Amino acid sequence: MTARTSSSAPDPSTPSPARRLLAGLAKTIRTPMGATATVFLGVVLLAAIVAPMLWSGTAAKVDATALDQGPSGEHWLGTDNLGRDLLLRVLVAARLSVLLSLSATAIGISLGLLLGAAPWLLGPRLGRLAAAFVNIAVAFPMLLMTLFFAVIFGVGVQGSVCAIGISMAPWFARLTQTLIAGVQKRDFVAAARIARVSRFGVLRRHILPNIAEPLIVNVALAAAAALLAFAGLSFLGLGVQAPEYDWGLLLNEGLSGIYVNPAGALGPGIAIVVAGLGFNLFGEALAKVLGSRHKVRTFRPRGASRTVSGSGGHPRQHATDGSAGDAIAPAGEVPVLEVDRLRVSLDTPNGTVSPVREISFSMKRGEALGVVGESGSGKSLTALAVAQLLESPLHVEAATLRLLGKDLMAADPRSRATRRFLATSLGLVFQNPTTSFNPTMRIGPQLAEVARLHQDMSRRQAGARAVDRLRAVRIPGAERRAKQYPHEFSGGMRQRAMVGMAMMGNPSLIIADEPTTALDVTIQRQVLNLLEQIRVENQVAVLLISHDISVIGQFCSRVLVMYAGRVVEELPSADLRTSARHPYTRALLSAVPDMTADRSQPLATVPGRPVDPADRPAGCAFAPRCTFATAQCHTAEPPLQEVGSGGTVACWNPQEGAVTAVQGQVQQAGRGQA
Amino acid sequence: MSELRFEKTSIRVGHGARALTAVDGVDLVVPARSIVGLIGESGSGKSTLGRAAVGLNPVSGGRILLDGQPLARQLRRGAVQMVFQDPMSSLDPRMTIGDSIAESISRRRIRRATDRRREVERLLELLDLEPQWADEYPEKLSGGQRQRIALARALAARPEVLIADEITSALDVSIQGSILNQVKDLQRQFGFSMLFISHNLSVVRYLCDQVAVIYLGRLVEQGPAEDVLSDPQHPYTRELLEASPDSGGPLVQPGGILHAVGDGEATDPHHPPTGCRYHPRCPVGPAVHPDRNACRTSVPLPLGRAHHAACHFAAMTETPLTATT
Ligand SMILES: Nc1ncnc2c1ncn2[C@@H]1O[C@H](COP(=O)(O)OP(=O)(O)OP(=O)(O)O)[C@@H](O)[C@H]1O
Ligand code: SF4
Ligand code: SF4
Ligand SMILES: [Mg+2]
Repeated sequence: MTARTSSSAPDPSTPSPARRLLAGLAKTIRTPMGATATVFLGVVLLAAIVAPMLWSGTAAKVDATALDQGPSGEHWLGTDNLGRDLLLRVLVAARLSVLLSLSATAIGISLGLLLGAAPWLLGPRLGRLAAAFVNIAVAFPMLLMTLFFAVIFGVGVQGSVCAIGISMAPWFARLTQTLIAGVQKRDFVAAARIARVSRFGVLRRHILPNIAEPLIVNVALAAAAALLAFAGLSFLGLGVQAPEYDWGLLLNEGLSGIYVNPAGALGPGIAIVVAGLGFNLFGEALAKVLGSRHKVRTFRPRGASRTVSGSGGHPRQHATDGSAGDAIAPAGEVPVLEVDRLRVSLDTPNGTVSPVREISFSMKRGEALGVVGESGSGKSLTALAVAQLLESPLHVEAATLRLLGKDLMAADPRSRATRRFLATSLGLVFQNPTTSFNPTMRIGPQLAEVARLHQDMSRRQAGARAVDRLRAVRIPGAERRAKQYPHEFSGGMRQRAMVGMAMMGNPSLIIADEPTTALDVTIQRQVLNLLEQIRVENQVAVLLISHDISVIGQFCSRVLVMYAGRVVEELPSADLRTSARHPYTRALLSAVPDMTADRSQPLATVPGRPVDPADRPAGCAFAPRCTFATAQCHTAEPPLQEVGSGGTVACWNPQEGAVTAVQGQVQQAGRGQA
Repeated sequence: MSELRFEKTSIRVGHGARALTAVDGVDLVVPARSIVGLIGESGSGKSTLGRAAVGLNPVSGGRILLDGQPLARQLRRGAVQMVFQDPMSSLDPRMTIGDSIAESISRRRIRRATDRRREVERLLELLDLEPQWADEYPEKLSGGQRQRIALARALAARPEVLIADEITSALDVSIQGSILNQVKDLQRQFGFSMLFISHNLSVVRYLCDQVAVIYLGRLVEQGPAEDVLSDPQHPYTRELLEASPDSGGPLVQPGGILHAVGDGEATDPHHPPTGCRYHPRCPVGPAVHPDRNACRTSVPLPLGRAHHAACHFAAMTETPLTATT
């Protein structure tokens, strides 16, 4: 067995679910909203526990000498029509009010969970029945249901608790159903069922732990609702009956004497608001804390915050754009894109991290340049930086970033002129054709929007252009298709429409980030050929980003290989198999079998795992995974240097000779840690 | 060991207006100790078929047999196991790795807690993972590591058949090789049979003894892997091969001009075409040769012995399929 790299072990401190929840609670208390809520709830709970012990006698004592008094030094909120102190009564009532609303919530949750889990437990057929029942029940307003059941169960505490609990149940059932539906599709549930775990076992062991957090958040919110509902019932005289009293009843009594003593109504009113707000805010704060842990990284096209690096930066270590630019662009022609020492950084609590650094390249008209590298190597960030689409925690620096000769680092990304320039000279195609379109808008108008905004076209002109573009990307029946919604398109057609959208202006550059990763090979071939046709016919440069080196090799004339945020090799794609020099490039080429691979040989493997940009090894970032690493590799980062055949490579020990798939030759085929 | 046999298997999925027959009368044998690759485009029914073999999808027509026995009883003893595509969703984030694996170990086979624990550690080691990970949650593991744990969980049931559904397609290229090597090693070591679902033809060719090609729920070609992929008989298999980026042929045509028949995409599975389901986009079918009406009206039956294709005109494999101009 190979030696285990310590970096591949998970952090031994991964917390258990219960501890995560506690940590979440602790964190909630520390947020401003959470702290407020905690103070509110603390006051209410303290009153609920302590007040009845201290004052329940006093608060019930009738004092004929002090009937219906207003606030005074002795009675801060005044007294009621039997001379009882109202402040004490409000405090003492806290226990009953909180207890009753919590009981009602408990009933609601238990019933709701049962009802919500029924579809899962009963299997599809009976389950649909249960789901339909819940759907109908949810359609009735909760208040109406509460009143209905309160009347049925009869006046009094028990009846009201049941009424509120039951009317809350459908709402909880619906929530539970939705949450379960989200978890039940995940593969680990399928795996547990293959392992013959009973439905109840799966519910208890896999489903409930995974929906517990949102459920708990909603319990807090439901407690607030129950509190208000109970106050309402008591106020109407359906809930708590004298001589017992809760806030609702006190409010009722206070309201009848409002002209004599307004404080009598205000006291219980404030108590209800404080308690309700406490539960509500706590739920909200908890939701925020728990929710933020699951947040996925998202990019939103908008202006980026950028810093223009001084022109006197570090000396050029390589001649990428010089040689390549000169060799390709005829003298005097402006390159479509010039990038020199591009860097994308992010400020974290532990210092600045640069997921992309020292990227330099240039592209001439109609050129196809490929960027290949594994997930997290910075391919997408490079593309987004060029397109000026990075948002604020990420910032872009570059010695040069020019599109069609226009200096993008100097331009204000928010100005209308810049946005217009970018929108018309740069087209973008992203990986997921499903999420790149607005599902509520027809395809045609969606394409037309770009032209209307940035090319000053009329609605009709823009519409005609959209149909024309759809035709250009070979969508059959373009006119009819333009009137359809994205979901009416197949994945391949959506991606072609996306290319059409990128072609709405007259772009000189199309950046396609994994445009075919989500597609079948046959559709992939169509989309690639479409891009090729556009490239040839309109002299559009194409920057193609992919993790698939065979796709890049077939589509592009030059390839940039990225590893850990930097370019480690650049070469003509025709030379990939014959003269790739960097061990990582060679490993990529040999790690996938091709149609001639020797079946009896094990596949070449790359041990170890991809680099985390926040924790990049010293020296060559590939060193921990490289079989050719020498002592130097672990200490000094190799510069990107020109090599004979018109390429560049960043490696202290570049390799020679052809690369063949499936052999232990490139990397020893030890069973690496992956 | 065991042979998995699909006999005229049909599977309906969904309900109400959205119900459809995702798999239609499939005859397929996964012989004992061998690996059968299943290829076809997305939505063609590959996963539906695989999930039916572990009981996750009910069979609506025909039957599935394990060593000639109906599947239900065999499933109860964990004889068929499955590994899924998405490493991020295949492990319960709220359960320790050890518990996830232990769930698949039969209580009849290993009862005592300490023995079960030892078995979990043995499985982790078998997959080149750290035994002490048993107490960890999967949160921080990479995709490759998760897929190994999913493999360990499947092996914990001592399966006779393993269904592998696109198990490497979500992984980085540099990781894929080691997982494939490991799967191959384990299969040799334990001798289980395997249905390997993939869209990567070169991976299938490298790993599998036999290949079956599925289109819109029907098998269109089947035979020894080397044979089918080097000498495809069905026009659809040939289209797949041509489109495969590492098949050797040019992926991008000069000028990007590609002549696809129809709009080059699969038809709506809710309304499959009559006769041969491939006919609207078949480059040697009725859309190009109007006299080949049989393709529209009658369902082609699989012809040939070890290597067979379901095409009326399979024998006439003339011309390149997608002509270039
Ligand atoms: N908005 C962001 N905030 C913080 N870090 C980010 C952000 N976007 C990307 N990163 C980090 O930057 C690194 C490079 O990301 P990028 O998406 O560019 O890689 P990639 O090679 O394109 O990956 P993939 O193939 O998975 O899309 C990753 O480690 C990623 O986590
Ligand atoms: S510099 Fe050293 S570690 Fe890095 S790729 Fe080259 S040989 Fe390997
Ligand atoms: S049966 Fe006809 S339509 Fe179907 S694949 Fe054969 S030639 Fe093409
Ligand atoms: Mg990316």
